[in-house]
Amino acid sequence: MSNFDLDVFQSRHLGSPDAADTARMLEEVGASSLDALMDEAVPARIRLQAPLDLPNGMSEHAFLRDLRRIASTNQLFRSYIGLGYYECITPSVILRNVLENPGWYTPYTPYQAEIAQGRLEALLNYQTMVADLTGMQVSTASLLDEATAAGEAMTLLHRVQSKRVDAVAEPVQFFVANSCYPQTIDVLMARAEPLGIELVVGDMATFDFTDRVFGALVQSPDEAGLVHDLRPFIARANAAGVLVAVATDLLSLALLTPPGEMGADIVLGNSQRFGVPMGYGGPHAAFFATKEKHVRQVPGRIIGVSVDAHGHTAYRMSLQTREQHIRREKATSNICTAQALLANIAGLYAVYHGPKGIAAIAQRVHALTALLAQQLTALGLRQVNSQYFDTIRIEGADQAAVRRAAEAAQINFRYRADGGINIALDEAVDTSDVARIVDVFEVAIGRRAEAPTLLAFDTSYPPNLARSSAFLTHPVFDTHHSETEMMRYIRGLERKDIGLDTSMIPLGSCTMKLNAASEMLPITWPEFSKPHPFVPVDQMAGYQQIFRELEAALAAITGFAAVSLQPNSGAQGEFAGLMVIRAYHHDRGDLHRDVVLIPASAHGTNPASAVMAGMKVVVVASTKEGNIDVADLRVKAGQYRDHLSCLMVTYPSTHGVFEESIQDICAIVHEHGGQVYMDGANMNAQVGLTSPATIGADVCHLNLHKTFAIPHGGGGPGMGPIAVAAHLAPYLPGHSVVKTGGDKAIHALSAAPWSSASILLISYAYIRMLGADGMTNATRYAILNANYIKSRLEKHYPVLYARENGRVAHEMIFDLRPLKAASGIDETDVAKRLMDYGFHAPTVSFPVAGTLMIEPTESEARAELDRFCDAMIAIRAEYPGRDRRQSRSEGQRPQARAAHGGGGVGRRVASFVLPAPGGVSAAVRARTQVLADCRSHRQSVRRQKPDLRLPAHRGIRGDRTGVVPVADRAQCPASAARRVARLKAGPYAESKNALTEYRERRASTRAAMLRRHRRAILQRRSCVRCVQVLRQQQECSCIVATDRRSSARCSDCSSPLVHCTRSSRQRSPARPTRA
Amino acid sequence: MMAYPAGLKYTKDHEWLELSGDQGKVGITDFAQAQLGDVVYLELPEVGTAVKAGETFGNIESVKAVSELYAPVSGTIVEVNAALKEKPEAINSDPHSSWMVVIKLSDPGELAQLLDVDHYADLVK
Repeated sequence: MSNFDLDVFQSRHLGSPDAADTARMLEEVGASSLDALMDEAVPARIRLQAPLDLPNGMSEHAFLRDLRRIASTNQLFRSYIGLGYYECITPSVILRNVLENPGWYTPYTPYQAEIAQGRLEALLNYQTMVADLTGMQVSTASLLDEATAAGEAMTLLHRVQSKRVDAVAEPVQFFVANSCYPQTIDVLMARAEPLGIELVVGDMATFDFTDRVFGALVQSPDEAGLVHDLRPFIARANAAGVLVAVATDLLSLALLTPPGEMGADIVLGNSQRFGVPMGYGGPHAAFFATKEKHVRQVPGRIIGVSVDAHGHTAYRMSLQTREQHIRREKATSNICTAQALLANIAGLYAVYHGPKGIAAIAQRVHALTALLAQQLTALGLRQVNSQYFDTIRIEGADQAAVRRAAEAAQINFRYRADGGINIALDEAVDTSDVARIVDVFEVAIGRRAEAPTLLAFDTSYPPNLARSSAFLTHPVFDTHHSETEMMRYIRGLERKDIGLDTSMIPLGSCTMKLNAASEMLPITWPEFSKPHPFVPVDQMAGYQQIFRELEAALAAITGFAAVSLQPNSGAQGEFAGLMVIRAYHHDRGDLHRDVVLIPASAHGTNPASAVMAGMKVVVVASTKEGNIDVADLRVKAGQYRDHLSCLMVTYPSTHGVFEESIQDICAIVHEHGGQVYMDGANMNAQVGLTSPATIGADVCHLNLHKTFAIPHGGGGPGMGPIAVAAHLAPYLPGHSVVKTGGDKAIHALSAAPWSSASILLISYAYIRMLGADGMTNATRYAILNANYIKSRLEKHYPVLYARENGRVAHEMIFDLRPLKAASGIDETDVAKRLMDYGFHAPTVSFPVAGTLMIEPTESEARAELDRFCDAMIAIRAEYPGRDRRQSRSEGQRPQARAAHGGGGVGRRVASFVLPAPGGVSAAVRARTQVLADCRSHRQSVRRQKPDLRLPAHRGIRGDRTGVVPVADRAQCPASAARRVARLKAGPYAESKNALTEYRERRASTRAAMLRRHRRAILQRRSCVRCVQVLRQQQECSCIVATDRRSSARCSDCSSPLVHCTRSSRQRSPARPTRA
Repeated sequence: MMAYPAGLKYTKDHEWLELSGDQGKVGITDFAQAQLGDVVYLELPEVGTAVKAGETFGNIESVKAVSELYAPVSGTIVEVNAALKEKPEAINSDPHSSWMVVIKLSDPGELAQLLDVDHYADLVK
């Protein structure tokens, strides 16, 4: 590891790649070498025998140079294909400050409202925008894509119509208008069949409703661009007791009567054209709006407005409780990851343009479409859409001739199977584009017309379809229209949140690793961001090469034969994998195999996905060590031998342990005719060390947004490709518009053939830049970092599960229940308190209630791990056994008294965080001392200089996310007082904001100073008191009393005292007196 | 821990039944509410629905979990506590008087299957 060339990406991706750090961490965990630690953490029988069969890593520069070359092989035609995807203009202020900004793309789902107010507000804007434009009461915070949203609409209506459904003996029917997008119908077929829903595709004008029909989906503007007046259809449906979902186009609703005002129960569609690049299919945020009365049946997440402990307005996820992680097989949907980043962009696009701007854009698009229609009609062609918004349908031209002329001009239209041609315009079109389109037709039909100008433009739709209601009426949509205002608004929101640009995010099971800038850059290169998903495949040689190479790499990593890149999230990967298994069984005539075994410890999406795939869930017990109970598995597999479809198993387990018996488990399932589905959520602990094929699985999904570096985007996007063994390859999902998948492909699961294609670039970059060696090292360091945290913290918090030799995999669960029993302090208090220390909270109460799950990932440096451990230890020390319930009974939740948590320790202690090792009493005493100093200093300073503004005690809310890191002296009033004394004599003495300026100046040199200081300190071993003193002097949190084995004690305070060069040789001048 | 009222009958699934004549109010016990945590939503059947002992008659949702409600006895729902549906957090503060539904018993013989306060207190000890 010492030969790292600075240029190799691996040395940038890993947090602590240098030999000295590694050695110190290995010493802490008590392992002789990294290889020895791997041998202890990963069972020998499942280890890979040979390194990954992939090239080694490369530098970022070399990769980006090569990627430029690949990008240039994508031919960038101007596409007017439509079908839910339109070119758009991403405002530069949003492109730079949101899409390309780690403050927005690295945070996790806003489960912890305190450190997520920024993106919660942005998502609320998005919801408001969707609800306003669609004319509905409630909107979710986005779904994966339009076709998935249609699937969710169908299942929602199925649930709310349960009485009607139950009353029918035959299979119930869901009507889909044949004018819906073809990819939507394709996905609905995949979703309907396993649930026993019969899909009826037909003409909405003539469809006859029967008692068997529970719901319907129609589209306006439809696939051909025709705008429908849906009122008659909806009235007919409702009269027959049928509820109607409407797919629509958000931009058109600025001009057209929204479906909500026509009586729709659900309105859905794609919000891509609100500033999100097409990216060859995604990611984009699908919107989903419904009536208030269906709100508890809604899939995904809803952001709500609430109040905090002080009665101030605050945002939170108000329907997260209904998500899969607690409802399991009763879940309404398996949706977790949505498209938060893209929803935020769409919402901010609306904020930036406002109601007038959006209406102007829509009017312009419509006017140019009308102009184009006039010009083409003048050429003698027929435009057959009687009423349209932005898409016209041309007949009377030779399709082949037009196609030749268009491709010569580098233009793509949609060529209909019926010989017609669709042209869909967008906000990026101007009159010169219209002229070019007309040129193409003139060339194709060989005649020219006098160019008409748009003299008498009238809307193409009748007045009763024109929108009369106001939209985007909230002041936020009418405030931030200048770039300065917009930039500050975006930055203001960002500042309230914690992302990886702020500090470590220790969320267990979420794998918050580095999302490197070099991985992110290409997604906004035009060659990758502009292509429409349905352009001819031969125009996209670059993308196709990347898909091929990525599929091959993922196959090599998993040990499987084939890969489908289509699933758009981890949960959708689960669904895809189960549907492939189902198709395999059905193909062999095993129609009755519908039982899926799921361990009790499984992630809640597993049972939710199984129910979606029409399977019956049978739960397998866990042993008290948290492993799968093999005896119980054997019994259940035997019991259901004729009906067993598959086992769903997470590996390493959700408890963060490599189970010894995994191969036996897989063998038992195979013996009884079942397949093994491996949930790849924890794949980052496997890459290069073992593989799903090695443990005996048949299919797995891969969370590219965990293991393969796609950022979490504040709650999406994600990708969940599946890899399968050879016998399952023929069933990989197909697509109705662009061919994908195997010979016996199942229906499409995503709207686009490679769903969120543009973010596949991130994983592609990760794999190529790290290479076989780098990815294997990433796994090794993820395991080292986890075991390092375990070693440092297990004295303070018991670890729930580990292998028999005490090793954990890449994450671990700390059990807070004993602490709660003793003191009333629970996992939530510790989680919230960590926020005061500037960290994101870990995963709370998953997969075991009353616990915290922590995953450091390979990307965190040892210094950051130490800072985190120090904070955890200090928090433990803050609660010396007082009973928090008392304060609760007084009507004061701890959060009401201190910054966060703080129960039982009083507001003052809670407001100043300073981790101090050495046990409870020492920590508390030291803190009391510091505070006493502070008060007197402050008083004296105030007397001497009344104008000088001292930093206030930290507030409870407001701009709290700029939280200063642990042990930063700015948090320590004593140091502040000392600094003030120094400042009084210094150059800043006259400034009112002396401390602020001083702090800013220090911030820039702080990192360098810490590095220097750390080097000096690491060589020395100090007693805890000296550590205390050193901390105060040096503002450093990295100093620890290192030798735990000695029993020597400090003569003053009886703290452990070991080899303390400092206390014997040089007395510290600032040594605190005993309390 | 709150004391369990002696006048109630209990089930192993942590529901209680307060009998008056041939009708009984049904709620969940203090133990159940403590396990669930803050209750946020209650899904109850309509008046007139027939329920069977041991089968689910509704859902209760807390910040931590969604759980089924099991009928302690068979019968017909004759009353639903609409006020509680509006204010489900009352279940946390006063579980033993927060009744959810009133069931008109169809088979009083089933009462023998229910636990008395001592047995139930033992069960959750």
